[in-house]
Amino acid sequence: MSTATAETGKRQARGRYDAGVLKYREMGYWQPDYVPRDTDVIALFRITPQEGVEPEEAAAAVAGESSTATWTVVWTDRLTACDAYRAKAYRVDPVPNTGPGTRTEQQYFAYIAYELDLFEEGSIANLTASIIGNVFGFKPLKALRLEDMRIPVAYVKTFQGPATGIVVERERLDKFGRPLLGATTKPKLGLSGRNYGRVVYEALKGGLDFVKDDENINSQPFMHWRDRFLFVMEAVNRASAATGEVKGHYLNVTAATMEDMYERAEFAKELGSVIVMIDLVIGYTAIQSMAKWARRNDMILHLHRAGHSTYTRQKNHGIAFRVISKWMRLAGVDHIHAGTVVGKLEGDPAVIAGIYDTLREPFTPANLGHGLFFDQDWAGMRKVMPVASGGIHAGQMHQLISYLGEDVVLQFGGGTIGHPHGIEAGAQANRVALEAIIQARNEGVDIWNEGPEVLEKAARWCTPLRAALETWRDVTFDYTSTDTVDFVPTATPAS
Amino acid sequence: MRITQGTFSFLPDLTDAQIRAQVDYALRQGWAPSVEFTDDPHPRNTYWEMWGLPMFEVQDAAAVLYEINACRKAYPDRYIRVNAFDATRGFESVRLSFLVNRPPREPRFELIRTEGPGRSVRYSLRTVRENEGAPE
Repeated sequence: MSTATAETGKRQARGRYDAGVLKYREMGYWQPDYVPRDTDVIALFRITPQEGVEPEEAAAAVAGESSTATWTVVWTDRLTACDAYRAKAYRVDPVPNTGPGTRTEQQYFAYIAYELDLFEEGSIANLTASIIGNVFGFKPLKALRLEDMRIPVAYVKTFQGPATGIVVERERLDKFGRPLLGATTKPKLGLSGRNYGRVVYEALKGGLDFVKDDENINSQPFMHWRDRFLFVMEAVNRASAATGEVKGHYLNVTAATMEDMYERAEFAKELGSVIVMIDLVIGYTAIQSMAKWARRNDMILHLHRAGHSTYTRQKNHGIAFRVISKWMRLAGVDHIHAGTVVGKLEGDPAVIAGIYDTLREPFTPANLGHGLFFDQDWAGMRKVMPVASGGIHAGQMHQLISYLGEDVVLQFGGGTIGHPHGIEAGAQANRVALEAIIQARNEGVDIWNEGPEVLEKAARWCTPLRAALETWRDVTFDYTSTDTVDFVPTATPAS
Repeated sequence: MRITQGTFSFLPDLTDAQIRAQVDYALRQGWAPSVEFTDDPHPRNTYWEMWGLPMFEVQDAAAVLYEINACRKAYPDRYIRVNAFDATRGFESVRLSFLVNRPPREPRFELIRTEGPGRSVRYSLRTVRENEGAPE
């Protein structure tokens, strides 16, 4: 640095660090020329600025408030390598179909890069405390949504990742070439342990691979957790003996404290369960603890995403579920509920495709049509099995497999237990429908169009499937999704 | 009892034409088919006997069907399955596995309960073959 430039630098620094309030973009949080480094964490936010707030200033404010800034200038910045620690907003784009002339007020996509040293190794709690810690309540923004993140390989490698992963889960269960089948025990509340185990036995004997506790089945007056675990494991083992297959039940170990959860998980292990379950509401740190426990104890870890819709569903504010999916793959769960497209719960096909790819692929290229803004390299991290659950039935099997592929758990709760001939018949109907569609797909049949005929054909020899198709044939949940992608693929005209 | 291991065991037993169609699918995916057999279908019995090595070089499903039939001829009273192995990075595992032969009389599984402290039980399964009664 020449003496002249050094002098200018000092003078500028003096102005920059004078006591008072500066615009964030003047504090160094807006750097349109910045080129993100391979090791930077990158976050993409959807920003709705307050009236009169420039988009660049709003983006800089988000960068500032999610990294080093406070509302006023502090001289203590000058004791640090503050230029490195400042997050840098480097790009702001208007969101398509927002602003004047549309029904939505103007929104912007802001790209913000964070230096890797801002984050503790292997800690979702620390990552999220920065990225979503303070900034979502910031007054100059009307609304803010974290749409996507690029986690650099250098940071990915500090996380354990899924305790078991899709490949090893299949090897342990000895089940290949088809989606796994599950169901949630219903009614979800009120059954005694003994009655609950009956549902599990019938469903597993009938052909399901897994039955599941629901998210709010923990240890209530009608069924304490030990009762449930004991009766359920009797059911699981009886069903295994009756079929020659490995069977499982997701024993929900969610509890008030880590000590309680470890106690429940240990008991599940003692009884020989292959899988335990937790709810998203236990928090990121508890999830990571359970993932480590599961890895140590040869256990598959199922995560129910209880509570997520409070912040993932609305498009203008919150966190997109694809980001939660990335965090959960890092945190180390083996299963996560990730949408059905065709069922009763929120799920736009393009959004769901992006989420499934995020969970299952070794590398996901940027794909705006699926809501993926960045290339994401998972660097050999194991894959998470998505779970499709909520208002699905055997008659949709060809659609489910077309949309979701085969590395997925399809969970038919009502669609098993509500079968007119009973639970075992419901399970059998689902398994026959599943195997018939996979067989047809492998034979080259166009299952999207000819799936209904494949199912009708199987229903000729399988009475339970016939009854299932007759009962639920016309059930669909055809509502417009709230969480959709902003970019639609358009054909590029040949030049 | 009819054990329900493998991708298609809830369907009627596959015909040779149907088996060939599935092998064709595996070959189109670039997977290597292999044939394995056992007399013990215990769910934890991972390592069935290999009927030769996986067929990495085979292009035609007819060759695989030939091996299946040779294995059936040698072991008509065993379980025989076809596996398809995918060497792609990130999988490197079986991608499809289905039964192509069952013994005329299938074994069953005895559930053995060992009661422990409290109400807890340790479970194990034992394969029970035809004409076999009490544990040895």
